[in-house]
Amino acid sequence: MSPASIALNRFGYGLSAKDAAVGDPRAFLLCQFDAFDPSPPAIAARLDTRANTGEMLELLRRLRQDTRAMTAMEQAGTPAMAEGMTRQEARAVALDGLPPEYREQLVEARRVLADDIAVRVNTVLTSPAPMVERLVHFWSNHFSVSVGKPGTQFEAGPHEFTAIRPHVLGRFSDMLKAAVLHPAMQIYLDQFQSIGPNAPFAQRRARRGGDQQRPRGLNENLAREVLELHTLGVDGGYSQTDVTELARALTGWTVPGIGRVGRFAEDQPSGAAFVALVHEPGARQVLGRSYPAGEAKQALAILDDLAAHPATARHIATKFARHFAGDTPPPALVARLEADFLRSDGDLASLTRTLIEAPEAWTPGPVKFRTPFEWLIAALRLTGTTTLPPQRIVGALTELGQVPWRAPSPAGYDDLAASWAGPDALIRRVELAERIARNAPQDGVIARAEAAFPGALGEATITQLKRAESGQQALALLLVSPEMMRR
Amino acid sequence: MTAGFDRRSLLAGSLLGAGSLALPRLAFAQGTGSRNLLFVLLRGAADGMAMLAPVGDPGFEALRAATLADYENAPRIGSFFAVHPALAEIAKSAAAGEALFVHAAATAYRERSHFDGQNLLESGGTAPYTTKDGWLNRLAGLMNEGAPAPLRALAIAPAVPLALRGDAPVSNYAPSALPQASEDLLARVSLLYGADGELGPLWARALETRAMAADDGLTNLRDASAAGELAASLMRGEGGARIGMIELGGWDTHANQRGAFARSARQLDALLAAYKAGMGAGWANTVVVVATEFGRTARLNGTGGTDHGTASAALVMGGAVRGGRVIADWPGLADGKLYEGRDLAPTIALESVIAGAVAEHLRLDPKLAMARLFPGRGDAPLSGIIRA
Repeated sequence: MSPASIALNRFGYGLSAKDAAVGDPRAFLLCQFDAFDPSPPAIAARLDTRANTGEMLELLRRLRQDTRAMTAMEQAGTPAMAEGMTRQEARAVALDGLPPEYREQLVEARRVLADDIAVRVNTVLTSPAPMVERLVHFWSNHFSVSVGKPGTQFEAGPHEFTAIRPHVLGRFSDMLKAAVLHPAMQIYLDQFQSIGPNAPFAQRRARRGGDQQRPRGLNENLAREVLELHTLGVDGGYSQTDVTELARALTGWTVPGIGRVGRFAEDQPSGAAFVALVHEPGARQVLGRSYPAGEAKQALAILDDLAAHPATARHIATKFARHFAGDTPPPALVARLEADFLRSDGDLASLTRTLIEAPEAWTPGPVKFRTPFEWLIAALRLTGTTTLPPQRIVGALTELGQVPWRAPSPAGYDDLAASWAGPDALIRRVELAERIARNAPQDGVIARAEAAFPGALGEATITQLKRAESGQQALALLLVSPEMMRR
Repeated sequence: MTAGFDRRSLLAGSLLGAGSLALPRLAFAQGTGSRNLLFVLLRGAADGMAMLAPVGDPGFEALRAATLADYENAPRIGSFFAVHPALAEIAKSAAAGEALFVHAAATAYRERSHFDGQNLLESGGTAPYTTKDGWLNRLAGLMNEGAPAPLRALAIAPAVPLALRGDAPVSNYAPSALPQASEDLLARVSLLYGADGELGPLWARALETRAMAADDGLTNLRDASAAGELAASLMRGEGGARIGMIELGGWDTHANQRGAFARSARQLDALLAAYKAGMGAGWANTVVVVATEFGRTARLNGTGGTDHGTASAALVMGGAVRGGRVIADWPGLADGKLYEGRDLAPTIALESVIAGAVAEHLRLDPKLAMARLFPGRGDAPLSGIIRA
């Protein structure tokens, strides 16, 4: 790959029809820092869904004993109907077995989710800062939430829009606090119903004999994933005691406007809330450091220290390097990024600049197999698509196997070729490419190929593009060419 | 292992710890005929104590009070264990002598990360991320040694899972709602990828698998019963895949476990019932191994769920299985018996279960299978799982 092709494809989402030529590759990337808009109007318009979440969680609480209804709820988290499925069929599949009074809410959840996904995709199709959009999607995947968990559907989009986007060129500690405490994450990892065993609320309920059906204790799911996935990494040197202590410190952090304690909630930044009544009292000990009793501030102080921990620097540097510079990232690059993270106190703009300046990020051979999402975005940009309706977008991503905010685990989608470069994946890309090519301008395909992969187009691809029987077929072949599959 | 009751009575017919009892008919890979192996991976740490509840253990009631009602009329295996009612078809297979559970089993992994736990179970390494290929792929490699052509190994999944990744050729397939690409485009893509060392072989296998699954009529894998049927259709008969793998999620039941576990269990039950029906006469020569990365805490947590634990249960099912029993060296649930004071303690190596079942079924030398699939383990492969 040429440096220009690397700037476009390895760092960005490929050439779009209206992009100018690359010029100086590093300057081309650095300019995008200023061109990036963290809150473009289409995204700013998507944030008013909080009331729905409260209703949804209350609905879930009431439905909990009804397994048929719960199954329907989980299917309702599937944002897409498959392409070719009619709206009525999709609705019937999702809503079968659900009490009729809840159907409207679920139809609404699916609509909101599909619209949020469409805003994410359409934003990047025309973005003047595709590299920074890649950072948004990288960090969103690092702090992965999944709409497979009932109740998160209204929050997954806002999680990325408000807890990730504003911080991708800011401080890691700010992103950590915003992403971990956002309602989407609290619902996804069960934090919102975790209660300190010695908190006033738990004590009072125990004295009254309590309602055995209601959740009434500590849940350590979020605490564990914060340590293992978001900060230190699995080998970061924490113990089960650290997990439990962090879980205790996190009690009280919840989703605003829900449950019996909702009226005691104090609103916090990033859409979270804190209820002192359910917070475990007392000092906490995490990774050998002591944190005095401090209600909401206690967890914030621990998160700040975790963000600055050397193990976190190592973990983040490794993942960042793997995303841009190869499945087995060059150790020298990891070391540079790690040092930068520590020196700059987790300044993510500085981390990104260090990546752009590092020679290891510019090795000529392609270093990554494009994930389905990366491939689809690059394909749509290359064909000059500037906007697509939500159902088309969600349908395509569903078939490719990578719907945003629907990763199979809190670790997010894998960032390794072996996870994506399977036989079935190739067939799907070919099928979709033929479809995309049918609806796109089909002239000048070879010139477009040369512009998209400047100085980097292989002989085999040029030969097959020239032999294609039509512009449409040439475009379909370009979309699945080896140059498009890897970056 | 000194439980305060007669745990040996649980082991009816099993040959626990009898790795030295060589099975005389076993030799190296030869004449596997049409024997099939399906590996079902339950992602998310399935709760073995919910799957196969130790209702005869005096400690169970206190740990799981809120779930006791589920097992009142549940099918039993012996007097000690009750099968979760959502696993009705599996329980029927057990009663028919075609399914067995192994309880209190765990891999060598002793931490509590899903991702590391799954990595270890799938790679078969001794520590997470140290082994790059998967044990199921190495099994295919072992079977291919000296064979005229590599066997078909297939994941029924949108991506090849780690367990099947490696040097032996494998494919994957999942139903798609996309319209099929034109024959002309497919042929031209073959030319486009012809000289590409990575895409060329992947593409060749993609076309082959697609041809096998030509008209499944499905658009996705969401219906567990349809997925089981699809797996059978891709594995039965002479041209079918010998080794298959399918994944089921939804087992990470941190909160409100009763409903969530029952839903996932019903999926597993429907999948296996449909697979069994779909295999038809081939079921007699089929073994299904169902395993999960680790178990869950013995005690229900504050939100009616369970957290990441250690030992769980595994299921071995199929016409070739000497079933109808539970293999366990039951560790007990009394205070002081739980692993780290919170989890069901592991007493059987899950790797031994897998290697033993696979080797006996596919007529491989168990020691060789253990060494190749799970190198570096001291455990002997479990024997006596498959009918002689």
